[in-house]
Amino acid sequence: MSGLRKFIDRIKPQFEKGGRFEKLHSSFDAFETFLFVPDKVTTKGAHIRDSIDMKRTMAIVVLAMVPALLFGMWNVGYQHFLAIGEDKLFWEVFAFGFLKVFPIIVVSYVTGLGIEFIFAQIRGHDVNEGFLVTGMLIPLIVPVDVPLWMVALATVFAVIIGKEVFGGTGMNILNPALTARAFLFFAYPSEMSGNLVWISGLNKGEGILDGFSGETILGQAAAGNSTFLNGLHNPYSTWDMFLGKIPGSIGETSTLAILIGAFILLYTGIGSWKIITSVFAGGLVMGLILNLFAVNTLMEIPAWEHLIIGGFAFGAVFMATDPVTATQTEKGKFIYGFLIGFLAILIRVLNPAYPEGVMLAILLMNVFSPLIDHYVVEANIKKRLKRARVSS
Amino acid sequence: MENLVNIFVKSVFIDNMIFAYFLGMCSYLAVSKTVKTSVGLGVAVTFVLGITVPINYLIENYVLKSGALAWLSPGLADVDLSFLSFIMFIAVIASIVQLVEMIIEKFSPALYNSLGIFLPLIAVNCAILGGALFMQEREYATIAEATSFGLGSGFGWFLAIVGIAAIREKIRYSNVPAPLKGLGITFIITGLMGIAFMSFMGIKL
Repeated sequence: MSGLRKFIDRIKPQFEKGGRFEKLHSSFDAFETFLFVPDKVTTKGAHIRDSIDMKRTMAIVVLAMVPALLFGMWNVGYQHFLAIGEDKLFWEVFAFGFLKVFPIIVVSYVTGLGIEFIFAQIRGHDVNEGFLVTGMLIPLIVPVDVPLWMVALATVFAVIIGKEVFGGTGMNILNPALTARAFLFFAYPSEMSGNLVWISGLNKGEGILDGFSGETILGQAAAGNSTFLNGLHNPYSTWDMFLGKIPGSIGETSTLAILIGAFILLYTGIGSWKIITSVFAGGLVMGLILNLFAVNTLMEIPAWEHLIIGGFAFGAVFMATDPVTATQTEKGKFIYGFLIGFLAILIRVLNPAYPEGVMLAILLMNVFSPLIDHYVVEANIKKRLKRARVSS
Repeated sequence: MENLVNIFVKSVFIDNMIFAYFLGMCSYLAVSKTVKTSVGLGVAVTFVLGITVPINYLIENYVLKSGALAWLSPGLADVDLSFLSFIMFIAVIASIVQLVEMIIEKFSPALYNSLGIFLPLIAVNCAILGGALFMQEREYATIAEATSFGLGSGFGWFLAIVGIAAIREKIRYSNVPAPLKGLGITFIITGLMGIAFMSFMGIKL
C-alpha cells in the first residue's frame, strides 16, 4: 500500500493547478480518494469529519446489492435450464448466468462512468461517485436478454438528462436508474415486457419445452391466469416467490436476497427505515383495499403476496430510499413511502398495460417529494410560530 | 355519482392538461418560480375552469349546437350556430377572468401583485379554452359531468404547477449548465414529470 501512496504523491503535483495535466485534476482526484481516505482539513469553522463520505456510502449500497446480484445470476441460469428442460450442476447454472449478466454490468459502468468523467473534465467539478450505485442498479432492473446497445443508450439518457443537466450527483430530481428503466420501457416496450424477454434464450426458441411460459407472475395475473403456472405446469409456491425462483428482471426476483441488502442498509444507517417500512405499509393497505373488491385475478392476489412478487421489494429497499430523490424531512419520509407503496399496487392492479407499477410510482413520488418537503417545513414553521406567540 | 368521480380522477391524472396535452404552458412556465404564487395561480385556474366549463356547456347545448334552439320555438330546430363557439367561449372566459381578477385584487392584494400580468392573461390561457373545447368534443351528458371535468382539469393543472414550483425551488442553487438555466431546465423537468405521469395512461375507470 505504501508503494502506491508514494506513487500517487509523486505524480500528484502534475495534476495540481499549474501542472501539466491540470485539466485532468478531477479524474486524478477521483482515483486518489477512491484508494485512500482523503486527508483534507477544513480551514474555516468547526466541522465534524467522518470517514463515511459519499464514496464509502455508495460502496456500502453496492455491497448491499451484491446478494441480489449473485442470486440474480444464479436465477438467470436456473430459469434458462428450466425452460430447455436440462438438469445442470450448481456452478454450471451460475456460470451461465454470470456470462449473461456480466456484460450488462460492464456496459452500464463503462458508458455511465465515461460520461461522468467527461462532464467532470468539461465542467470542472469533482467526479461524483453517485454512478457507482446507479451503474449497479441498472443491470439489476432490466430483463436479461435486453440488447447491450439499449442498456448503453438508456444509461446515456439517464446520466445526461436525468442527472448531469441538473448539476450532477445530489441535484437530480428523478432516480437515474429508474429514469433509465422508464426510458427503455417507453422507448422499446417489446424488449421490456411480454412473455419472451424474462428468460435468457426464450425469444430464440431453441429447445424450449412445449407449453413453457416465461411470463412473470404479474403478467400471468394480468392475463387472468390465477394459478401462476410456470412452464412445467406446477404453480409457483409462496416459498418460490420469496426465494426468487421466478422469472423477472435480473435482480428483483429474490425477496430474501433483497432483505439481506435491506439489513445491511439499515444496520449501517444508510437506508431510511421510515421509507422502507412505510412503502411496505402502503402496499399492504392498498392490497387489502383491492382485495375487498376482487373482481379479477390481479385484485385477488393476497395483499402480502403483492409484497414479494415483481419489483416491489427491490423498489422499496434500493430505489425509494435514494437519499437524493426521496423527501428530506423526517415526517415527509412516511408520507412519501406510504404513497409509493399505495400507488405502486394501484397502478399494478388497475393499469393492465403496466404490471410493473413500482417503477412508475417511485418516479411519480420523486416528482412530488420537493412539494411534500415544502409543506412539512411550512407546517413546522407555522407550529413554532404559534408556540412562540403563546409564550410571549 | 361514481361516474362523476371517474371523470374527475381521469381529468386530473390521465388526461392531465399539462402532461398529456401540454396546454397552458406559458403561465405554467412563467409563474412556477415559487410555490406560493403558483398555488395562487393554480387555484385561480381551477376556479375559472370550474365556472367557465359549465357555463359554456349551457351555451353549447342550449344556443350553439345544431338544433339547440328548438326550446325557443320549433321553427328554430334546424339552426346551427356552432361556428360561433370560439367567440362565445372566449367571451365567457374573458368576463369570468375579469371577475376573478377583481375578487383577488380585493381580498389578496399580495397575491394580485405577485401574479402580475399573468392573472388577466388567464383569459388567453390555452388550458381554459382547451377545457371548453374538450367539453364540446367529448359531449358530456349532464352539466354535473361537465363541472366535474372542469374542476378535475383545473386541479390537474394545479398539481402540475405546484409540483414543478417545488422542484424549481429545490434546484434554485443547483449548478445547472449555463445554457440550460431558467427555462431550459424547466422544460427538461416538465418532460421528466411527463414520464412519471405516464404511469396513469391506460388506466381504465
